[in-house]
Amino acid sequence: MTAAAEPAAPSVPLAEEARRTHRSARWRRTAVPYLLLAPALITFGVFKAYPILDSLLLSFTTGSGAATRDAGLANYRRLLDDPLFWTALRNTAEILVVQVPLMLGLALLMAAGINSVLVRWRAVWRLGVFMPAVTGLVATGVMFAFLLNTEHGAVNWLLDAVGLPAVDWLGRPFWARMSVVLVLTWHYTGYNAVIYLAGLQGIPKELYEAAMVDGAGPVRRFTAITVPALRPVLLFTVVLSTIGTLQLFDEPYVLTGGGPDNATLTVSMYLYQNGFRYFDFGYASAVAYALTLLVSVLGAVQMRLMGERGT
Amino acid sequence: MNPDKSSHLKELRGWPLTFLLAGVTGLSVGPFYWLVIAATRKDTEIFDWPPKLLPGGDLGDNLDRLQRRIGLLRVVGNSLLVAGVQTVGALVVALLAGYAFAKFRFRGRTLLFALLLSTLVVPEQVMLVPLFKMMTDLGLLDTYQAIILPGLCVPFAVFLMRQSLTSLPDELLDAARVDGAGELRVLWNVVVPVMRPVLAALAIFLFLGSWNQFVWPLVALRSPDMHTLPVALATLHGNQSTTDYGAILSGTALSTLPMMALFLLLQRQFISGLLAGATKG
Repeated sequence: MTAAAEPAAPSVPLAEEARRTHRSARWRRTAVPYLLLAPALITFGVFKAYPILDSLLLSFTTGSGAATRDAGLANYRRLLDDPLFWTALRNTAEILVVQVPLMLGLALLMAAGINSVLVRWRAVWRLGVFMPAVTGLVATGVMFAFLLNTEHGAVNWLLDAVGLPAVDWLGRPFWARMSVVLVLTWHYTGYNAVIYLAGLQGIPKELYEAAMVDGAGPVRRFTAITVPALRPVLLFTVVLSTIGTLQLFDEPYVLTGGGPDNATLTVSMYLYQNGFRYFDFGYASAVAYALTLLVSVLGAVQMRLMGERGT
Repeated sequence: MNPDKSSHLKELRGWPLTFLLAGVTGLSVGPFYWLVIAATRKDTEIFDWPPKLLPGGDLGDNLDRLQRRIGLLRVVGNSLLVAGVQTVGALVVALLAGYAFAKFRFRGRTLLFALLLSTLVVPEQVMLVPLFKMMTDLGLLDTYQAIILPGLCVPFAVFLMRQSLTSLPDELLDAARVDGAGELRVLWNVVVPVMRPVLAALAIFLFLGSWNQFVWPLVALRSPDMHTLPVALATLHGNQSTTDYGAILSGTALSTLPMMALFLLLQRQFISGLLAGATKG
């Protein structure tokens, strides 16, 4: 079968041969997991671990190529005094605060609806609302850039049809941010609803039956059974959506290019601009690490808050 | 106490909710429908009101202009190549590593696994600049390798493989080992057939992610010849002098339709793949 059998030439005594095969079998057993892991460890080390560390080191340097030199904390100090960075942060925060609760609330309602035995053709609705999650962000951005067009876009035509005034979606700072919210909500609500649906279907029916026998109404059943049972799933979607929104890039890049007047400039876009438009790698890396810090702190806070309550 | 009557009532109660969900589904699917119609129409008809509700006959023309403008065939080929290689590569890497983590006891197992997972919380953007520098130094900028290589190690895929393999009975593996099969053989002849549904779900998920990736290809690719479909579309869309809506929208439709088809065909695997992604936290 393997190479281990070959060296057993006739000159080698039998006991010796047995010991050798045994040793090689043990060697194989200990080496095998590392060999199996090798592709993952190599690609991980080179394309994930190293860049993460390199980015940290870069954030303490300035200049580029041969002219790179140590900058200490200068990049981080600059970050604190950079109005554009704060604008980007505020934009991202505003989108986050509006979008995540809106989307997750809608998703929960949607999931409850699709889960209800009263509703007909549930499979069709589940499929339909999930479809946007499959679309690429660039495609979504391009599509909505047309749908939200002020003069000719379908969205304003629809508003007009129900007697509402047209909105300059992509041309006004506030509405541009709301456009991003709208697009994100369109894209991910169904996805979250399907996750909630999976959670809902995991709740034993007997719990509801027992609660009904005890005289609990629909609201009480929802707060006493559904919400606690869904807590891990809720936590997961809140953390994931928060992280995703903090890293927002593709949609505003395609939809608004960060405009008008930097109203939809996000932290990620600002990082990209500094790195690949101005080639200021040190500063871009500092922005990247500020983003990492933000993501981890917010994620940890949310886990803390939601994980501890009522457990 | 009349079962007939109560089921009637139930049916009636269900209708408002059904209509509501139909409306929501309409909002979800509506934009696609508009996109598909727009892709088959002339520039001048796209913004007509009332909107055209049926496909027109200009899809060929639109795609033709797209071919001349961005080299559509080449760009789609690039996307297919990158997504195909990345999917297969990441699948193999994840299968091997997941197998090792799930079925072997070895030094550093917990630490390595934790290390791998810890990078899930690191924003992708952190790696942009170092990867760009690395690819520049290696002379790989503007090549397929630059796009493909960083996508081979997907920690979440390793995690998912480990999770599913843990529930695979050891007896199954041992039986094959007793028969003298090496580990790769065990993997190929025993594990892969049993794991086919999980592998399929993961493959779709990886393909989707790769097909739609944007920021890194945007950074790493310079020449239009190397662009993937999303990068080419974004470039075309961002170019203010181009007002060829028909071409842009036909390309956009083209970039979503394969995924839609795959999704509708394999929805079960699709959803389980994305749900698997959802439980990674």
